[in-house]
Amino acid sequence: MTSEEIFALLEPIIKTYLPEDVSAKEINHESDLTRELNINSAHLVDIILDIEDVFNIEFKNEDMEKLRNVNDVTFLIQQKISA
Amino acid sequence: MKKRVVVTGLGVVSPNGVGLPKFSDSIKKGISGIRFFPELRDLKFSCQLGAMPTISEEKKREYLSELQLRNFNSSGILYGVIAGMDALKDAKLEPAKNEEEPLWDLGIIFGSGTSGVEKFREAIYKIDDKNVRRLGSNSVAQTMTSGVSAYLGGIIGAGNMVTANSSACATGTEALLMGYDHIANGKATYMLCGSTSDSGPYIWGGFDAMKVTTYKYNDSPENVAGPMSVDASGFVPGSGAGAYILESLENAQKRGATIYAEVLGGAINNGGQRGGGSMTAPNSLAIQKCIKDALKNSNISASEIDYINGHLTATIKDPDEIENWSIALNRKGEEFPYINSLKGMVGHCLAASGSIEIVSAILQLHEGFVFPNVNCEKLHPKIATMISSEKISMKLLKTSLQTIAKASFGFGDVNACVIFKKI
Repeated sequence: MTSEEIFALLEPIIKTYLPEDVSAKEINHESDLTRELNINSAHLVDIILDIEDVFNIEFKNEDMEKLRNVNDVTFLIQQKISA
Repeated sequence: MKKRVVVTGLGVVSPNGVGLPKFSDSIKKGISGIRFFPELRDLKFSCQLGAMPTISEEKKREYLSELQLRNFNSSGILYGVIAGMDALKDAKLEPAKNEEEPLWDLGIIFGSGTSGVEKFREAIYKIDDKNVRRLGSNSVAQTMTSGVSAYLGGIIGAGNMVTANSSACATGTEALLMGYDHIANGKATYMLCGSTSDSGPYIWGGFDAMKVTTYKYNDSPENVAGPMSVDASGFVPGSGAGAYILESLENAQKRGATIYAEVLGGAINNGGQRGGGSMTAPNSLAIQKCIKDALKNSNISASEIDYINGHLTATIKDPDEIENWSIALNRKGEEFPYINSLKGMVGHCLAASGSIEIVSAILQLHEGFVFPNVNCEKLHPKIATMISSEKISMKLLKTSLQTIAKASFGFGDVNACVIFKKI
């Protein structure tokens, strides 16, 4: 899966958790999930669960610590899929 | 010097009407919210009747965002949020804007018995399946007792005390009296108070097991013998929420708010599970003391009470409650005030009973009517020896009320009584 293909599936997941005052247009590869997109840090857990369902993969506790922006997530998904 | 406290906003999510206009119309007409639930039959409940507010998906979205509704499974929080936000709107108050500071002078005391039992059930299945990591982020918020006050606190931006009280079936009445103290003592300008209760088999099951619900009317929910009836054989479990905005008289007058009633005062006590009282049954002496203390605290005499909104659950304890009122007020026969019980129409809404019933009591005081007692044609003979049957109307009565009493009693031998006066 290319990073663009992953992004296409990832974007709607992230969109669900955006605060009302943040537009979905602001989601790009470099967006920091909590600092720029203003996603409540508690929701990072939900985003991970949704990703697990969509990509049929499983994250570990250590993986969670590496996730800051959309690129980090894409990279991890790529790793998991190809593993 | 204590401040005088008034009610300036109401909200209600009742099995027989969601929102004040619908609820007010239903209680005047004696419309019941009691229904047969096939799910309860399939689960082999003795009582297959229940009472549950009807909330459409559109209605949910008027109060909660798509994100809040994601994996949302707590009926009690939903009811509480709707009733609470309706009360706020009714009082013409606005939530804090997102970019502003919280409303430091607005507090919340919104109680529940237990929160999000359906959500808790989901979580328990996942945990037992060794899948705790799949619970997601909102399991705690929906199952904590203070879930309802926390949701309301966030939506409103409340900056004063935000808490949830819990005292079984007295929760809603206790919440009002706690809020009253807070306003009377000048600790907040506005208090949103109320209570909520989940719907469904997981909240109702324990009562079914105790045989305090009725098994006799599964085929005829419209005929369930009501409170004070000789045929009363147990309650129908209900659910929903009621809410009220309290503020000082001075503040309400200054801002030109609609004043529904003054809270003259009240009392909360406990029978100590002594003297006939137990975990599940009340100590009559404590009930009498609670009512007398409420009168004393309100600085009125028993003769001034025009109307009583009873706890009266449609169990064998109803005659005892009438006797306790009669002794506490030292009034009987035709001298006894009007009395009714909402539970004939909405069942026993458990932790929400006090608050939904308080909303019904305040509407009667404000508009000048006494709603009909439903399915109480055959009055319990013991009650008939104590008070005149004219005081237990089966029909809607239009009559001006000045001073009224509401009491709630709950498991743990808890009692709460509040006195309202028309302004």
